[in-house]
Amino acid sequence: MNTDALSAETGAKPIMTARNVDVFYGKKQAIDNVSLDIPENQITALIGPSGCGKSTFLRCFNRMNDTIQICRVKGDIKFAGQDIYDPKVDVVALRSRIGMVFQKANPFPKSIFENVAYGPKIHSLAESKDHLEDIVITSLKRAGLYDEVSDRLDEPGTSLSGGQQQRLCIARAIAVDPQIILMDEPCSALDPIATAIIEELMDSMKEKYTIVIVTHSMQQAARVSQQTAFFHLGELVESGDTQAIFTNPEKERTQNYISGRIG
Amino acid sequence: MSEEHIVSSFDEDMSRLRDLFLEMGRSVSAQLQAATRALRKEDRSLAKQVIAGDKQLNKLEADLNDLSIKILALRQPFAGDLRKVVATLKGAGHFERMGDLARNIAQRTNTITKAEAETGSIDTLIRMSETVQVMTNSILTAYERSDIEIAEEVRAQDETVDRLHNSLFREMLTYMMEDPRNISGCMHVMFMAKNIERMGDNVADIAKELIYMVSGEWPEGGRVKKDKTSRMIADLDA
Repeated sequence: MNTDALSAETGAKPIMTARNVDVFYGKKQAIDNVSLDIPENQITALIGPSGCGKSTFLRCFNRMNDTIQICRVKGDIKFAGQDIYDPKVDVVALRSRIGMVFQKANPFPKSIFENVAYGPKIHSLAESKDHLEDIVITSLKRAGLYDEVSDRLDEPGTSLSGGQQQRLCIARAIAVDPQIILMDEPCSALDPIATAIIEELMDSMKEKYTIVIVTHSMQQAARVSQQTAFFHLGELVESGDTQAIFTNPEKERTQNYISGRIG
Repeated sequence: MSEEHIVSSFDEDMSRLRDLFLEMGRSVSAQLQAATRALRKEDRSLAKQVIAGDKQLNKLEADLNDLSIKILALRQPFAGDLRKVVATLKGAGHFERMGDLARNIAQRTNTITKAEAETGSIDTLIRMSETVQVMTNSILTAYERSDIEIAEEVRAQDETVDRLHNSLFREMLTYMMEDPRNISGCMHVMFMAKNIERMGDNVADIAKELIYMVSGEWPEGGRVKKDKTSRMIADLDA
């Protein structure tokens, strides 16, 4: 695939580039020679059937795969021009620049305030108590949660509803001022209203952040993303402008998958 | 593209959609054929059948609309399926309009045969009608086979209809100038011709939508309109 053509097509400069990426779990190859640009301030959706490698590929972007012993990543992934697999890279710092939101909301067993304040504290981002409070409130506002929790910031994060917990996790990711937010099926455990709220939030967030989302819902990919990449059996089959992918995909495999002809 | 969806009832809906569209198209072609025959034979009872037959076409369109909305809402089709539903829905609208135009021809046939109005030769009108019937039948074949080439041919054939329309316009002017008693009949023939010309445009539009349905791309460049009657003036000194 011509990735230069891709960035020309989407019309945005890439903040992250992946070139010839292979991922292995032991001897099993999960990702095979994938190259993809992630355009800045856009939402990129990774779609494909279960086991196609989309989550594995997403986790390469902030080296979450490092936590899996048998996992090896080959190829070249650059964030703002810098090789993120360079041995000199501070992985903790990298993950503060490239945050992550998971399928199941996973707030810490702490108060709503402490959930959001935790990241800025360990990264020493706040100069004072007031500053920390500012960061927490701004993050909760950006995650569209503040109005719902402003009078109970000291209550446990786990007391919130599923959708609210997920937005708390987004606020927690935002609090350390990342540039990219990776989302791994963030709405799959949420009802349609909570999903719509998150989608609306993502749309407003893309002004400030770049988002990469893995989703099983093609309707969701079509609704929220500007660029869509379709994975199948560890390969990137096709990527490009979301509207083009969903109305007139180039590859037959994409056509078959999105129109419900292969599982 | 593989033929079958994982969900077989989706296939059933898509196949029903196709059947309704083809049935509409065949019905339109038959309506135009009958309307033209009624005119040629001055057969008012056949003309009345055409007028009544339009209701059936409207019913088919209503069924097709309902099914399209159901598919869009419940199946949320993408890619080729989406294009097929949208193109079929739009195409059905054109067929319905063509049905109205055929009905109008039949109504005018009733009027002129009742009044025994002089119309002059209607050979050109009949040729227009036959060309549009051929175009309609071809577009159904193109739809069944997803054949872009046939669709392109249909678009080109519309030029023939436009040219015949221009020439009929001149003929009718001559008749009307010869004897003002011809005016009433000729005006009706002219309106019928305009109806058929519009039917040709509708088929050409379906052809365009069909090309999009199959290829995902709208055909480049506008179709050349050969209908010049909107710029023609009778020259009484000629």
